[in-house]
Amino acid sequence: MTQVGNAVSEAITRAHHEQWARVVASLTRRFGDLDVAEEAAADAFATAIARWPIDGVPPNPGGWLTTTAHRKAIDRIRREQHRDAKQKGALVLHDDDSTPMHAVDDDRLRLIFTCCHPALAMESRVALTLRMVAGLTVPEIARGFLVQEATMGQRISRAKGKIKAARIPYRVPDATDLPPRVSGVLAVLFLVFNEGYLASGSDTEPVRSELTSEAIRLTRLARDLLPDDGEVAGLLALMLLTDARRAARVSDSGELVTLADQDRDRWDATLIAEGHRLVRERLQSGVAPGRYQILAAINAVHTSARHVAHTDWSQVVALYDQLVQLDPSPIIVLNRAVAIAELDGPQVALATVDRLAEPLTGYHAYHATRAELLRRLGREADARAAYDRAIELAGNTAEIAYLTRRRDELR
Amino acid sequence: MQYLISVITDSTELADPAEMVTIDAFNDRLVADGHWVFAGGLASPGTATVIDHRGEAPVITDGPFVETKEHMAGFWIITASDLDVALALATDGSKACNRKVEVRPFLGD
Repeated sequence: MTQVGNAVSEAITRAHHEQWARVVASLTRRFGDLDVAEEAAADAFATAIARWPIDGVPPNPGGWLTTTAHRKAIDRIRREQHRDAKQKGALVLHDDDSTPMHAVDDDRLRLIFTCCHPALAMESRVALTLRMVAGLTVPEIARGFLVQEATMGQRISRAKGKIKAARIPYRVPDATDLPPRVSGVLAVLFLVFNEGYLASGSDTEPVRSELTSEAIRLTRLARDLLPDDGEVAGLLALMLLTDARRAARVSDSGELVTLADQDRDRWDATLIAEGHRLVRERLQSGVAPGRYQILAAINAVHTSARHVAHTDWSQVVALYDQLVQLDPSPIIVLNRAVAIAELDGPQVALATVDRLAEPLTGYHAYHATRAELLRRLGREADARAAYDRAIELAGNTAEIAYLTRRRDELR
Repeated sequence: MQYLISVITDSTELADPAEMVTIDAFNDRLVADGHWVFAGGLASPGTATVIDHRGEAPVITDGPFVETKEHMAGFWIITASDLDVALALATDGSKACNRKVEVRPFLGD
């Protein structure tokens, strides 16, 4: 492609990242219909792809896209009305484009809360958020979650259908409902991130950076829109401090590399600095942290150590203690035990881990953790059995490769 | 917008006196706040009769049209501006009648 062509295609990509959610959100407010908003936004971007290389990139791409999308929406509704005269009058147009910018931002927030509404199934919330807010296409989302395109398409239309039929509101929840609703949004974003960071598919890349980057982009947006929410900042910090280790996390031979064995020179210093800054900001706020902030703080301790031997394990354990107070789930207790092994030795850690057998018997990380502890205690036969079970249950290809090598090192 | 709030239960026990008190209070609030359309308790599924007159002659069958572990023991029909309002009311309704409820929108116009 020519340099000019490149510049145009970059402008289109940038506009898509920056403007998609704005365009969809403002159309949704104006027309009260997610379908109309989504299709008109897609039409507007298709028009940009056709026109901008010829006409040049408009001076205000966002304004151009919004105006074009509004026109496309009106055209589409008129066509449908011609087709079905009964729908006449169903459309209420408010021709008011004098919306101030902060109201547009509120629109994006409304869009996020609608897409992550608790009355929708979790998988629908994820799909709808990626489509309506992140602007991923249905085939992209289907690939991301390893389902058929048709299935993903149905999932998204079913969710939009429920929003319309049950009248799920396009509104930012009021102060009393806000904390649980924000945590519902964060759960969606964290799920997208985790699926990217530890992809579960047997025929996908072990780390799916397209999903982790989308999750980070959406969380940055949530942070812009909810700057005072500590958990939003916490989740963003957690994602940045985790993603910073991405390059060091899978070896050239495709094996997962544990935190202890990672080449810390390959960590992304910029992301770590930003993550640390967010964690410090939350500490200074003096407000009691939620679970994402504590998880971010734990990752801040890890990423502060130039070498694994310098890790402040007592700080890590103290943070896990705080987390267990908030969320005494077996997975948190398991992760705490990993830190306990460093502080108090594998015997103490194993005693804790063995108590989690019942709730975590189907969880690969439980067996992997046990295997490592048994190995350190010299119980090789038991370790082998635990590795076998972990390999059986693990989905991530790099993790399976790592666990298999560890098992085969045993005598 | 109208919503059906169905009361779901797996027992044939009727509401006890304490539950009746909280249900009455909830009903009064629905009326006072303008959400009330209709409500009622239903007799057990075993009292149902099914009629099928799609063909020439009507066919009458004893019993509910489908045997399920859980059944609808009663319902409210409410009017609410959107699902969030309906869900908040249903949350209080479930507490008031001490049973699980399901919220379902009526078809819009």
